[in-house]
Amino acid sequence: MSGLWREVGTIGEIPAAGSRVVRTDAGDVAIFRTAQGAVHAIEDRCPHKAGPLSQGIVHGGRVTCPLHNWVIDLATGGVIGPDEGCVRTLPLRLDGERILLDFSVLVRRAA
Amino acid sequence: MPAKQKLVVIGNGMAPGRALEKLFEAAPDAFDVTIFNAETRTNYDRILLSPVLSGEKSFEDIVIHGDGWYERNGVTLLKGHKVVAIDRAAKTVTSERGIVAPYDKLLIATGSSPVIIPVPGHKLPGVLTYRDMDDVSAMMVAAQSGGAAVVIGGGLLGLEAAAGLKERGMNVTVLHLMPTLMERQLDPTAGHMLKRELESRGITVITEANTEEIIGEAYVEGVRLKDGRVIPAKLVVMAVGIRPNAALAREAGLEVGRGILVDPSMRTSDPDIYAVGECVEFNGSVYGLVAPLYEMAGVIAMGLSGREAAFVDSALATKLKVTGINLFSAGDFAEGEGRDEVVLRDARAGVYKRLVLQGNRMLGAVLYGDTGDGPWFFQMIREGTDVSDIRENLIFGPAFVGGGKADSGAAVSALPDTAEICGCNGVCKGKIVGAIQDGGLTSLDDVRAHTKASASCGSCTGLVEQLLTLTLGDGYNPAAVKPLCTCTDLSHADVRRLIVAKALKTVPDVMQALEWKSSGGCAKCKPALNYYLLSNWPGEYVDDYQSRFINERVHANIQKDGTYSVVPRMWGGMTSARELRAIADVVDKYDIPAVKCTGGQRIDMLGVKKEDLPGVWSDLNAAGMVSGHAYGKALRTVKTCVGTDWCRFGTQDSTGLGIRIEKFMWGSWTPAKVKMAVSGCPRNCAEATCKDVGVICVDSGYEIHFAGAAGLDIKGTEVLCHVPTEDLALETIVALTQLYREQGHYLERIYKWAKRVGIESIREAVVVDDENRAALYERFVYSQQFSQTDPWAERVDGKDAHEFAPMRHVSFREAAE
Ligand code: SRM
Ligand SMILES: Cc1cc2nc3c(=O)[nH]c(=O)nc-3n(C[C@H](O)[C@H](O)[C@H](O)COP(=O)(O)OP(=O)(O)OC[C@H]3O[C@@H](n4cnc5c(N)ncnc54)[C@H](O)[C@@H]3O)c2cc1C
Ligand code: SF4
Ligand code: FES
Repeated sequence: MSGLWREVGTIGEIPAAGSRVVRTDAGDVAIFRTAQGAVHAIEDRCPHKAGPLSQGIVHGGRVTCPLHNWVIDLATGGVIGPDEGCVRTLPLRLDGERILLDFSVLVRRAA
Repeated sequence: MPAKQKLVVIGNGMAPGRALEKLFEAAPDAFDVTIFNAETRTNYDRILLSPVLSGEKSFEDIVIHGDGWYERNGVTLLKGHKVVAIDRAAKTVTSERGIVAPYDKLLIATGSSPVIIPVPGHKLPGVLTYRDMDDVSAMMVAAQSGGAAVVIGGGLLGLEAAAGLKERGMNVTVLHLMPTLMERQLDPTAGHMLKRELESRGITVITEANTEEIIGEAYVEGVRLKDGRVIPAKLVVMAVGIRPNAALAREAGLEVGRGILVDPSMRTSDPDIYAVGECVEFNGSVYGLVAPLYEMAGVIAMGLSGREAAFVDSALATKLKVTGINLFSAGDFAEGEGRDEVVLRDARAGVYKRLVLQGNRMLGAVLYGDTGDGPWFFQMIREGTDVSDIRENLIFGPAFVGGGKADSGAAVSALPDTAEICGCNGVCKGKIVGAIQDGGLTSLDDVRAHTKASASCGSCTGLVEQLLTLTLGDGYNPAAVKPLCTCTDLSHADVRRLIVAKALKTVPDVMQALEWKSSGGCAKCKPALNYYLLSNWPGEYVDDYQSRFINERVHANIQKDGTYSVVPRMWGGMTSARELRAIADVVDKYDIPAVKCTGGQRIDMLGVKKEDLPGVWSDLNAAGMVSGHAYGKALRTVKTCVGTDWCRFGTQDSTGLGIRIEKFMWGSWTPAKVKMAVSGCPRNCAEATCKDVGVICVDSGYEIHFAGAAGLDIKGTEVLCHVPTEDLALETIVALTQLYREQGHYLERIYKWAKRVGIESIREAVVVDDENRAALYERFVYSQQFSQTDPWAERVDGKDAHEFAPMRHVSFREAAE
């Protein structure tokens, strides 16, 4: 499998129902861990006005943007109605506790 | 096309307003209209002056036609122009300011004036009547500083004025000449029940009180009664009746009795001149309620558009618009030969009903306590329905009469389509039901917008809600609670109650026990639940970090670009060279792009990078500064003025009190933000009268205000009480805040909470009941020991460190190579 896989940390570093930021030179990525234990990575940019989604309240499998309350589905990156839009998601692999992300989506765009 | 005729209207009250509305519907382009009005306003709903006085509505809420309406309909409105002469030969009217306007048709709508009893002292400043917005403004100004008020007249207007002034914090005495209140609308029993109810609200009522003199040197000081008693007062409101304004018509040679005489087409003795409203006399009657005036208005609109109609005098129904008092009267309920009465009393429930019958017809009804069947009775009175078949059960209302089951909607469902539901706007049942069905209406506001029903005095609101229920079934629930969010059907109130009742102590517990519909809640309910748990179980509940909005997690305000702003406390707005120097150094050291004075008497540093927050705080802490909670549902600022320290007018140490309050109360979490202010005298330079809690210092102590707002809504404060000492002021404010912490719904500011639970209940709990105040105070003090830790210092010490640093930095430069 090709791609730009990097290790970004361990699950334990992210609070349950919370998120952390991975800073890259192609922009910030938000990594979420839901209360149920799922981990998702999406671009840290709200499709509305670029609000930092990593700072939002996490509920179930969703996050609410801190700036104007758009709600984003963490697994698909889709905006929940009535608003519309989509955030880029990053492929993610777990190796035990370790979290690996494929950044190729971001880097190709940055290039 | 015929040339447009000129219609001139004298007076711009509710009656001509309605007449013009109907005229423009019937014949939009028939007339060029000019209105002269002595008042300097557009047309407003005079009926709703009482809710404005009591603070339930603002003037803007009661405007019927805004300036735009006149513009759209091509009407020339001359505000502040009183007409002084009508020249019937030349067909012109002349205003006080010398404007002469010619007419083809003239409509006189001068309304009526309050009667002033010419006792000595009636001209003293501080003696008011109750008729227009100027009167209400004058009463509100007088009430600002509390004190005693006397209302002369225990009729509808007098009692509404008394309740409004009481609501605004005055000590009110009502003087009434007759043995019982509202004797023209109520029988003696209901009058007594009403008196007791008013007295239980703290209003003093003196019946058979004959005013001899209003005393005072330069300003009103009190009222002396014929029996020698003196009632001190700084405000006297005379509400002893109204007199039609017919002088202008009389001088023009029109036929006048008590009012301007009209025929059933509403024409005066001059066929080109119509009259409408309270200035009119028809068939020996003059009028003081809008329902018949609106019928007159309809008749005139027909007449002016060339279709004749006739006004018929019919029975009237009255309601008192004092929140929480239910009374209704209709028709003629005096005792008399050949009249029977049927009475029902339920002392425990405070219900009294009396029907007056003659032969097989109902003549009148008086209902107190439970007025739900009022419209049903009123309909039968107006239509002269033969009640012989149902007489036995009549008083129990339509629920029993029909033999159907007793549900609350029965009374309404029994009404015919022609039954009038909204007296103010003349809207009948059929029209409301039709609008609900055809317009797909689902809420009270929808019905108000589409039919105007319940949009004026609001006393038919219950009926309209019942019609919604009848028409929509389960699609409408009159007692519908607004769910806290889409994760639950429970309201804020239910959730708060159940948390205590079921001793729920964590967010997941609440969601489980109360059967949340989503697995993890949402951004609305999570912070609300966190707050409820925190305020109910202080010292026990562990704050749920992930349920807080980002600002409260990182103790700074997120900005549109993802940076943060930092606002340190400046106690009571005071600062020092040391603090200012520390701020200057921090700004330089962290390259902070903007520094601003906030509207809350302190300094905001804007554009701080998240990673820098702990460093910024650390340096500010070192200079003795703590978080200003500018981000929190918490105590924000306590603004002060310079007070006795410096100001030549200061009466108390306002700065000192402000600092004391802020130091005592900072750190406490509240349902929504809480802003306070202390002003050193009534000049009020700290703007205390638009805050959640405000103090106005006066010579004799401290006037405590609350429930103001100056954000999305603008609302002046209510006076809670006056206290003599600073200690008592602090205790009262703390107790008030604690009550709010325990009762408020999340995100509900103090003014909304006060409106929901009632100002009187708050005053009772915090001012009247000394023990309860002390207990509230203690509970606040207890919870403060867990709250007064500077959140910045904690984070400088490493709390939540993960928040402030990225998990990893990843660079792709090498990867590409
Ligand atoms: C900084 C300041 C404006 C300024 O430059 O002066 C300010 C800034 C904000 N106000 Fe304000 N308000 C500021 C004084 C006020 C005042 C005046 C006052 O407090 O005397 C009011 C009207 C008084 C009132 O609240 O009744 C005010 C009424 C609001 C409202 C409307 C609240 C309401 O219930 O009606 C909001 C919106 C909200 O809270 O939901 C708001 C919300 C905001 C927010 C927090 C918007 C947001 O959610 O991001 C702004 C944050 C900017 C930032 O990041 O710093 N701000 N805001 C003032 C800070 C005062 C302080 O020292 O703490
Ligand atoms: C506090 C209060 C509460 C009330 N509550 C109720 C209630 O619950 N139910 C109910 O049915 N009714 C109630 N009423 C009565 C109702 O408001 C009146 O019946 C109605 O407003 C009368 O309307 P109108 O147009 O005849 O006169 P008004 O509304 O009095 O209008 C007359 C206007 O003409 C102006 N005017 C007078 N002379 C001249 C002149 N020479 N030139 C130019 N302008 C002139 C006046 O300034 C005034 O603005 C209440 C009244 C008050 C004051
Ligand atoms: S008024 Fe307040 S909320 Fe609005 S832009 Fe200004 S600071 Fe922001
Ligand atoms: S930027 Fe996210 S909702 Fe506006």
